[in-house]
Amino acid sequence: MKLGVQVNEGPYQHQASDSAYQFVKAAVEKGHEIFRVFFYHDGVNNGTRLATPPQDDRNVANRWSELAAKHDIDLVLCVAAAQRRGIADADEAKRNGKDADNIAPGFRISGLGQLIEAGIQCDRLVVFGD
Amino acid sequence: MSEEEMIEGGGEGVIKKFLYLNRRAPYGSIYALESLEVVLIGAAFEQDVSVAFIDDGVYQLTKGQDTKGVEMKNFSPTYRALEMYDVEKLYVFKESLDERGLTEDDLIVDVEVVDAKQMADLMDEQEVILSF
Amino acid sequence: MPTLHTVNKSPFDKTSLNSCLRFAKDGSSILLIEDGVYAALNGTTFTEAVKTAMKNVTVYALQPDIEARGMANKVIDGIKLVDYAGFVDLVEQNDRVESWL
Repeated sequence: MKLGVQVNEGPYQHQASDSAYQFVKAAVEKGHEIFRVFFYHDGVNNGTRLATPPQDDRNVANRWSELAAKHDIDLVLCVAAAQRRGIADADEAKRNGKDADNIAPGFRISGLGQLIEAGIQCDRLVVFGD
Repeated sequence: MSEEEMIEGGGEGVIKKFLYLNRRAPYGSIYALESLEVVLIGAAFEQDVSVAFIDDGVYQLTKGQDTKGVEMKNFSPTYRALEMYDVEKLYVFKESLDERGLTEDDLIVDVEVVDAKQMADLMDEQEVILSF
Repeated sequence: MPTLHTVNKSPFDKTSLNSCLRFAKDGSSILLIEDGVYAALNGTTFTEAVKTAMKNVTVYALQPDIEARGMANKVIDGIKLVDYAGFVDLVEQNDRVESWL
């Protein structure tokens, strides 16, 4: 079936992103289609490529990027939430006069409409948060 | 890029029943504000939208919020504007009001106050439930 | 039209479980994940409430979360343990998912 996932929390602070990742991985392995993973609230912090977690810990952002590359999963960071929290791609950085971008590979920034669209298009929407 | 520029047609002609489930008080965390932002953007998609307020979520709707001292945006007047976005179905759980010593008169907007059975029925009708 | 409810909060910390139990209809399923699994245990002040709920709803707990917290030998009899694949199956078997955060 076609599944949408919403992630409301950033990495490490809360387990929500880990749970969402394990859920998405299991769903893909079972042959389901992940229509989109939408990152909202502090969830946008999953999409920075600048995090440097300890080497003996999981790398949450890299793990999402690798899963997206392997299974062609659409990872969307909410633009309003990302702007608040300083997550930017090259276009956003330029538009807002910032000196750098930090988005991780496989993520893109778009509007909240993408979450609503996932709700409309998917058979189920599952929310992970705090 | 603003939110408005990014709205794209998704599933044209499909109307689903969406429930926004609010269980958090405003200001202490951002969930209430960012939930309201989803409701406003989502209105453009012309879905069948209901908004429920349970537990501390009922505090989002209280009259008399004044945020000058904390220098945060007072977004409570926006709930009154939801009607203009055709978001008219606001449901408040009666027990949550009672527990907090609140009545419908304490709320900034007209709502339907419902009991547990009615709220459970409402949830059971939905196709998409977004929790904040 | 069954619903899958997920609860990810310890019942000692938040009202998520209480609210979920208030609105979960007979025949629905509740999946305890993350700190929500502390509601799945014997010998707590919530054990009776969960056992009572189990007469009308099916209660599941996410095994990896139970094991991570060292609680595998304390789970209430009758609570079904699932892995992430089982979580996906529950999402598929129900008509909607309601997350009690």
